[in-house]
Amino acid sequence: MSTHATTVQPSYLEDTGARKGLMAWLTSTDHKRVGMLYLYSMISFFFVGVGIGFVMRLVQLTRFQNLITAETYNALFTVHGVIMIFLFVVPGLPAVFGNFFLPIMIGAKDVAFPRLNLASWYFYMSGAILAILSLFTGGGAPDTGWTFYVPFSMRTGTNVSLAVFAAFILGFSSMLTGINFITTIHRLRAPGMKWFRMPLFSWSLYATSWIQLLATPILAITLVLVILERAFGIGIFDPVKGGDPLLYQHLFWIYSHPAVYIMILPAMGAITEILPTFARRPIFGYKAIAFSSMSIAGVGSLVWAHHMFTSGLSSFSVMLFSLLTMIVAVPSAIKVFNWVSTLYKGSIDFQPPLLFALTFIFLFCIGGLTGVMQGALAINVHIHDTYFIVGHFHYVMFGGTGFAFFAALLYWFPKMFGKMYSKKAIYASWVPLFIGFNMLYFTMLVLGMMGMPRRYFHHLPQFNTGHEIATVGSWFLVLGLFMFFGTLVYASLKGEKAEDNPWGGVTLEWTIPSPPPVENFEEIPTITTDPYHFPQENEA
Amino acid sequence: MSDHSLASSEHADDHGVEHPGYGTFVKVWLALVVLTGLLVLMSHFGQSYAVWGLLILTPIKAGLVFYFFMHLKYEGALLKGVVLVTLGTLLIFFALLFSDVAFR
Repeated sequence: MSTHATTVQPSYLEDTGARKGLMAWLTSTDHKRVGMLYLYSMISFFFVGVGIGFVMRLVQLTRFQNLITAETYNALFTVHGVIMIFLFVVPGLPAVFGNFFLPIMIGAKDVAFPRLNLASWYFYMSGAILAILSLFTGGGAPDTGWTFYVPFSMRTGTNVSLAVFAAFILGFSSMLTGINFITTIHRLRAPGMKWFRMPLFSWSLYATSWIQLLATPILAITLVLVILERAFGIGIFDPVKGGDPLLYQHLFWIYSHPAVYIMILPAMGAITEILPTFARRPIFGYKAIAFSSMSIAGVGSLVWAHHMFTSGLSSFSVMLFSLLTMIVAVPSAIKVFNWVSTLYKGSIDFQPPLLFALTFIFLFCIGGLTGVMQGALAINVHIHDTYFIVGHFHYVMFGGTGFAFFAALLYWFPKMFGKMYSKKAIYASWVPLFIGFNMLYFTMLVLGMMGMPRRYFHHLPQFNTGHEIATVGSWFLVLGLFMFFGTLVYASLKGEKAEDNPWGGVTLEWTIPSPPPVENFEEIPTITTDPYHFPQENEA
Repeated sequence: MSDHSLASSEHADDHGVEHPGYGTFVKVWLALVVLTGLLVLMSHFGQSYAVWGLLILTPIKAGLVFYFFMHLKYEGALLKGVVLVTLGTLLIFFALLFSDVAFR
């Protein structure tokens, strides 16, 4: 893709600038260090969320039902949702891998606004701390579910205001990162890096950033309105005062449905980087993937009311949003088709990142297809607010974004840390992860079809077997997670030194040393070819 | 650029960028006052007038503020395009919201 420049700069891990120790991290505006700050903090919150999920599964075994009260259960599913959505999957891949790799992939030394980038992390941490504080202060942990639906969120005595304010602050982090990435992509591409020479991960970040920028303010304002309702009773969502509770649901989902695409698009981008590398051939349908990212971002912003089919929406609106929901499946399917076609007749080098990328495709297809099912009104009404929904979004969010996050971590780990992990240990961790995941969430799909409502503390005896299978699945899943992250933590501390390009990748990050030098490139490269230009093509 | 007279209705800064003079600002301000008065007046005729007044006149007011006070008039095509994309998105959201409210 470009000429390799040998470097004499120290790596970003060695060069601490004017400060030492922790302060060198907390004050660094280097995009790579900011990315690592996000990685460490997000993984920490992820494990808190996993712990809460584990407890929730445990109490669904009848014999452990006395472990917590029903009120605590309400708080747990709320906090599990808030942590996993706002602190893990929304910042997700852009905050970690976007920050770390976007500038490198487009041949830049840093993002356009490095200080703003660090400020975004501080916004993120402030929001996170407030969210955690909301559990222990005021009237106790919020019990509304992560959606904060009115009228309950207006009236409950729990600490909803602080939790909502935390989400408001987290929104700023998201918006500022979006602004930073859009500007970086527009202004800092290396000479010769035309729009259609950008790696597709950058395209997915570009599409995501626009959603972050356009949709997040709507959520921010909506959450402020909830606080104002609680504090002053302004009546905008209160029918007694002429307000409309459905307006809250509209405003909430105008952000929160596109937020699903904020979560999944960068994941798709990472998978699009991984597949060509391990198939040793250019991505199939580059432009189709780039445009499908943009159309998912566009059409995906117009489907929000499919979350509200049973809430008293007008029948015309239901028809319209049902149609739009079906349409958004098209660009997603284009991506899946292109991924599979990239592998077809490729020279496959089977490595851990590819295994996790293929797992992503499998799980995401189940998540996506169960989503299309819900786009149809009749099915939607039947499974509304059941475990089917919980199973579906875990397939998309965890099976999709989560597994893509793992795949991306495995793919870029040698570059980020300069160390290599034990591939055998990663393969071993995949087994309980995959088995546990499907035992847990596929069972939820079945339970939902049978009529098990979500967010219920107690369940009827006919659901016992399903809950037992799901809970045992959660044990496998947690075991797999500990094995996976244990392997990576060990590798980061005591792993063997990694090569600069262990996978034979051809995008720009593989042309620089591992870990990358402070300013990424000794000399800004000039780009002369497409991003997935493999050497054997020249030889052929 | 050489003309630094405040009496001038239009003048440019050191970078050669055109800026409005006080005269323009006062005219825009007066327009905003008139539009606000109109809004208040419409609200006296009933709720539907108030809502339609808000929906039609408020964007005009916001547009004037954007265009003159926030200097959008003097920006390049890219920035104007970005603002248009944002406004277009907002309009689409409105239209879809009305697909619910208008047919309920």
